[in-house]
Amino acid sequence: MNMTINLSMALVLAVLYSVGFYLLMQRSLMRILIGIVVLGHGANLLLQLAGGPPGRAPILDTAGLSEFTDPLPQALALTAIVITFALTTYLLALGYRSWVLVGHDEVQDDVEDRRIAARQKPDGAMEEGTAAETESSPEDTADSHELEEGRK
Amino acid sequence: MTLLQALVAFPVLLPMLGAAASVIVGRRASLQRVIGVVTLATVCVVAGILLVSADRHGPVVAELGGWPAPMGIVLVADRMSALLLLISALVTLAVLVYAIDQRISDYGRETASTTFHPIFLLLSTGVSLAYLTGDLFTLFVAFEIMLASSYVLITRRTSASRIRSGMTYVIVSLTSSLLFLTAVGFVYAATGTVNLADLAGRMELLPDGLQAVLALVLVVVFGIKAAIVPLHFWLPDSYPNAPAPVTALFAGLLTKVGIYALLRTQTLVFPQDDPSMLLLVIAALTMVVGALGAVAQDDLNRLLSFLLVSHIGFMLFGLAVWTPEGIAGTALYVVHHITVQATLFLVSGLITRRTGTVSISQMGGLAQTAPHLAVLFAIPAITLAGLPPTSGFVAKLALLQAGAGAGLASEIVAAFVVVASLLTLYAVARVWVRVFWGTPKEPLVDNDPNDELVVGTARSARGMYVGASSLVVVSIVIALFAGPLSAVTARAGDDLHSREAYRGAVLEPAPPDGATAAPGTGGPDTAEPEGAAAGEALGASAGDAAEVAP
Repeated sequence: MNMTINLSMALVLAVLYSVGFYLLMQRSLMRILIGIVVLGHGANLLLQLAGGPPGRAPILDTAGLSEFTDPLPQALALTAIVITFALTTYLLALGYRSWVLVGHDEVQDDVEDRRIAARQKPDGAMEEGTAAETESSPEDTADSHELEEGRK
Repeated sequence: MTLLQALVAFPVLLPMLGAAASVIVGRRASLQRVIGVVTLATVCVVAGILLVSADRHGPVVAELGGWPAPMGIVLVADRMSALLLLISALVTLAVLVYAIDQRISDYGRETASTTFHPIFLLLSTGVSLAYLTGDLFTLFVAFEIMLASSYVLITRRTSASRIRSGMTYVIVSLTSSLLFLTAVGFVYAATGTVNLADLAGRMELLPDGLQAVLALVLVVVFGIKAAIVPLHFWLPDSYPNAPAPVTALFAGLLTKVGIYALLRTQTLVFPQDDPSMLLLVIAALTMVVGALGAVAQDDLNRLLSFLLVSHIGFMLFGLAVWTPEGIAGTALYVVHHITVQATLFLVSGLITRRTGTVSISQMGGLAQTAPHLAVLFAIPAITLAGLPPTSGFVAKLALLQAGAGAGLASEIVAAFVVVASLLTLYAVARVWVRVFWGTPKEPLVDNDPNDELVVGTARSARGMYVGASSLVVVSIVIALFAGPLSAVTARAGDDLHSREAYRGAVLEPAPPDGATAAPGTGGPDTAEPEGAAAGEALGASAGDAAEVAP
């Protein structure tokens, strides 16, 4: 297989991947979503380039076998485009739902804190467990550090 | 194509068609239930037949659309995939029975939601396809089917907390999928094929550095899906927020599919002679971090999620040792763990329903008020901790034996296996003491009567107990038949380690009526009409696969 690499395409790929991952690490859900879309474009372009340099349409008897473009990566990319498209739509719907429910689209990162806050909210029945609650909270905090470290 | 070969496509086709039928019957919830149960029961039977056949006569290979192996897509049922297919189908069926009686699809109201059953069956389709496919790109598609269904299941009936955890899950999974796609691109650019059996031969021709990079990218991709430390952070954050049956299904199957994909690709495409240091280290890390996380938890579901992470390390350990015995140990452990982890989450759902809270410090005395729950919890908990004579003990023993004879590094990590087992025992014993012993406490009131979690009620639907206890029975059966089962996994380990059976079956398929066809199915008289029917059945799947088939 011809393995010459198109430099401009390689640069485009590098830009797409870095922009995608950069956006993925933002706090706003919308930017994360755009990050996923850009990353998806990068991956699909990579699949295309995996098939080697462009050539003629792969229809039998129209040209020599060596002049054809490799059709398989195109088929793969087509499938991948459909999948990323569908999932982007789903993510958009989810983002909208989040906006409706929470009122903003920032990703909440202090997971344990929010969990404890949500658990203490409901009603007086919680009061019985307060002693045990405070007893276990240092462990929970330690755990949230661990979670955050994992996220970094 | 013989009937047997056509059967390989059934675990993928049946749930997919079932899902379609389930959408069509729409709001007739009772019909949807029948379709779901019948479909999954049939898949169980088919998987059983495939396992027997693969064990006796070698891998069963179906070429989709009639294209031979390196060109077209193949479905392969060898010992490993058929075994996992069978146990996954059984667990899925039990979880469905549980979910139906929890009334998760209609939340106990008159109007049923139409989405649950189709999505549930689609998830099963994705899992089956991931086990059976012999093609890296189809594996990606399988993961997408599976994950897309799981996105819907985890974010159904969204509340603010669920959408936050669901968002984490969706974004992390999507990122890993895009990395997977990138890996497929790299692999294709380097080798010109995505067929796993073909890759096994071509990968050897590449420079060592390139091989290492490709192997590492795939380890990261499957590591995220399997929740291997340090890529596990999303799991304890997202799983506990879903309803019990959904969590049980995810915990039982999704991470194990990641482990299976890791096992399949690493053994087939990147074979090694020595234990893999990298995998040994992350296996040890996974075991210890998961178990320590579990010890620190107060939320029952989060505790179980951390235990899940910890036990992923056990399975990774068997692969890292890289001997036939180690891989066999992993196979046995996966079978045991799929069952027991799903059971624990189902029982946790029953406990939550009873007590109205997930916080173990607010429960107490359940052994007096609900002794049947205590039995249902005790058996899988002891099994998970690996006390004899349970299936957990058998599986752990297999892993330890494999580790003991494989060099110093493996022996050190084997010590971690023991430590993590003890921590697991401590974690479940802590749950036992706080939840089942002590003075009985009043159940908390249901603070959101409109969601699917009917909590704080002593009345639990019978099907929920049937689902949970049938899985307990499965794990007891695994322990009783540990001898024959470990013989099968030992042969599966040999298969995966030597690679010959798989590659031979995929790349040089025997003629349809040849010696490998099972007696009784391949007679000249019967082969013709059956072949036609099979062609018809496969025509449907070829339509789906047309996009990816060259």
